Amino acid sequence: MVDVVIIGGGVVGCMIARELSRYQLKTVLLEKEDDVASGTSKANSAIVHAGYDPKPGTLKAKLNVRGNPLFDKICSELDVPFKRIGSLVVSLTEEEDRVLEELLERGKKNGVPGLKIINREELLKMEPNVNKKARAALYAPTAGIICPYELTIALAENACQNGVEIKLNSKVVGIKVVNNGELAVMTPTETIHTRYVINAAGLYADEISKMAGAEEYRITPRKGEYLLFDKRFGNIVNRIIFPTPSKISKGILVCPTVDGNFFIGPNSNDVTEKDDVAVTPEGIEEIIKGAQKLVPELPLNHVITSFAGLRAVSDTDDFIIGASKKVRGFINVGGIQSPGLSAAPAIAEMVLEILKEEGLSLKEKRDYNPERPRVYKFRQMNNEERRELIRKNPAYGRVICRCETVTEGEIIDAIRRPVGARSLDAVKRRTRAGMGRCQGGFCSPRVIEILSRELGISPLEITKCGCGSEILKGRTKEFIETGGVVDAK
Amino acid sequence: MQNRELVIIGGGPAGLSAAVEARRLGIEDVLVIDRESEPGGILKQCIHTGFGLHIFKEELTGPEYAERFIRKAEALGVEIMLDTMVIELTSDRRIVAVNGREGLVEIQAKAIILAMGCRERTRGAIKIPGFRPAGIFTAGTAQRFVNIEGYMPGCEIVILGSGDIGLIMARRLTLEGAKVRCVVEIMPYSNGLTRNIVQCLEDYSIPLLLKHTVVNIHGKKRVEGVTIAEVDDEMKPIMETAQFIPCDTLLLSVGLIPENELSRMAGIEIDDVTGGPVVNQRLETSVPGIFACGNVLHVHDLVDFVTQEAMEAARGVASYLADGGKKYDHIPVTAGEGLRYVLPQRINVEAMTGEKQNFFMRCARPMARARLYVESERGVIESRLLSHVKPSEMISIKLGRDELKGVKMLKFILQEEGDKIECND
Repeated sequence: MVDVVIIGGGVVGCMIARELSRYQLKTVLLEKEDDVASGTSKANSAIVHAGYDPKPGTLKAKLNVRGNPLFDKICSELDVPFKRIGSLVVSLTEEEDRVLEELLERGKKNGVPGLKIINREELLKMEPNVNKKARAALYAPTAGIICPYELTIALAENACQNGVEIKLNSKVVGIKVVNNGELAVMTPTETIHTRYVINAAGLYADEISKMAGAEEYRITPRKGEYLLFDKRFGNIVNRIIFPTPSKISKGILVCPTVDGNFFIGPNSNDVTEKDDVAVTPEGIEEIIKGAQKLVPELPLNHVITSFAGLRAVSDTDDFIIGASKKVRGFINVGGIQSPGLSAAPAIAEMVLEILKEEGLSLKEKRDYNPERPRVYKFRQMNNEERRELIRKNPAYGRVICRCETVTEGEIIDAIRRPVGARSLDAVKRRTRAGMGRCQGGFCSPRVIEILSRELGISPLEITKCGCGSEILKGRTKEFIETGGVVDAK
Repeated sequence: MQNRELVIIGGGPAGLSAAVEARRLGIEDVLVIDRESEPGGILKQCIHTGFGLHIFKEELTGPEYAERFIRKAEALGVEIMLDTMVIELTSDRRIVAVNGREGLVEIQAKAIILAMGCRERTRGAIKIPGFRPAGIFTAGTAQRFVNIEGYMPGCEIVILGSGDIGLIMARRLTLEGAKVRCVVEIMPYSNGLTRNIVQCLEDYSIPLLLKHTVVNIHGKKRVEGVTIAEVDDEMKPIMETAQFIPCDTLLLSVGLIPENELSRMAGIEIDDVTGGPVVNQRLETSVPGIFACGNVLHVHDLVDFVTQEAMEAARGVASYLADGGKKYDHIPVTAGEGLRYVLPQRINVEAMTGEKQNFFMRCARPMARARLYVESERGVIESRLLSHVKPSEMISIKLGRDELKGVKMLKFILQEEGDKIECND
């Protein structure tokens, strides 16, 4: 019997897991995919919002504004880059000028610090590549950028390091009330008995809630598509550039990434399937047009990849966070769409309060360590540090990914760390190998070789992102003998 | 800090050829740096024949071609530093390289030749919609898996783009037992060499669909198929023609991009059209003492021409070392109608390294018969009749010192001759 089972290894689930790891509890996190940060947390705008956008009084507003200032400490403890670069909402018409005023008012009500409206001259001085037709902008200095999967992985590693058990490839297929105060969570391979279940299942939170017999609500997947550009153009804008928001989204933006690239997107379209992350030609056209309104001169020949993510939109138009009134010990954390990433630290705090109210006693551990061991990033080191590192281990002198300058040592670390990488994409998310302009053309054969050696499995078993996504189909000569129809294993 | 006379970055055909020629010209200290465990560059995985017809008058495989230069380089005392990646290059010719043995290696070079080659254009660069499953490879990556690692990337394959590597892989995968469903090319003509269309597709009855492209990729975990469609004259897909083709693998052969990250780091001027450095008659870049040759300069069709160009760069280095980096004025060389680019982009006739200057160019579209005009400020100074020009095949022309004497500019123009003939090859 464990104390808490968290369903879902996204940023919210992992943030809660890390919070719980401070206390003397037995906590298990279940993730259906082969890695954490495999759903909404891997493909979103990667922004820690200031908090002027959500309606005052909502959980979104409250938790966003509370979550934002917590990022500095969390990121420094976890060795995750976070840059508070500020954001600008740009107005292009007189009507939009009024929207800026409204946003400023709303921001003040929400308690966002440092907001101000700046005029055209100030804006163009700060952002010379922004549309010259811009009239004014709302400047929010507290907005920041972060890599959401890097954060999620770091949270999972740190939680794991402090005793949380993280089980990957563990899809929840059933939840039963065993008796008052005890729940059973079933995966295809085991049943875990627990006192509390936290439903942080993202897009699938509605299904998990229903499965447990708790409150019914609906999560609709809303797709956002993105184009990512080469680092060479990373400083086309210095801050996050938003248009004025629409009813359903903050609009198509132009935004630098913490790794030095920049992206445009997302659009916002409801889809029917919860795994429909296909990029569409109409979508690409839409985000290019949208982004050109803000920054007319985009280097469209230097797109390195396109991708799509799904927002988990609830039918209540707000986050759904609370203990179930129907199933004791079951806590919903659903509908965490934007500003979910920004709110995540505050969501975790709130969930801990709820657990306390529900009778969980939280006794602090003596040996809790909030700091994650340092992650070596060769590309960010100076030559002295590099020399020292290679002296300790020559694997840090072997560059595997040329575009992002990722060494063999870093890839081995990514595999051997807690919640270690098991697939090509998992290595990519941890090290950036394959994330550069050649998109893994040169390094993927080498990464497969390293994964296969480290894990002691055949290259044929190495996947892109879990079972069913095996990369290679067979050995060359065997292939002819069997008529070219052998399966991966 | 090591002091070296000539450092060549890249040990592929360009780097090795330049190293051998530099030693022959009497440059004593030649160091080649390569990031892989063996020299030869991409030739190592090109196990098909067709290399060396111009240089050796023989048909060699890629590894055989490379081997000849590796042996010569060794015999001539060229030092090759392997498993080493250059991570910094400055305009005053300082290099920082890294490997597991020595850690960081710092070098001050008198002259540098850039020979880093190119990389393949990716799916992102051409913005193909759909999912992002396993089973999408660039043709060169697939070639490495098959020829070096010994693994098959797929069973049923569609190839997008008719670049040479894609064509070669169509044949290679067929020979290995895979089924290549078709090669899809967005242009109305192929982007590969005619001999590869014949020997790699026609000989194996693999259909080449011109004016078609991939409009969607299906499959969430692994490719399950692609939708292809015909395109109109503006290259927009005609969705009424869309058809689903089941396959487990999509290979991309949609172009090569010179790898000039180091060149940019050193502040070298890059030509937007070639994607490589702007060079003068001796293949010297905008930064004195740094030269470029091979696919890092512009993408070549044949390795033999890479070798010739690399030898030219070595001669350039010799002349640079001899004249102590004397400053020269240059006249501009430009591409006019019918041509995408001409190389070198500027020359100084007095400082030419030989009696004749080689000019390389690529045409903008296929032409059955065309006339190449070379104009100076005085008018046409030379014209040549060419037949069957294609964008995939380089055009080269040599002009003598006498012809070029005193000219203030050069412009190359390619005009189609006679009636327009549909070019079917």
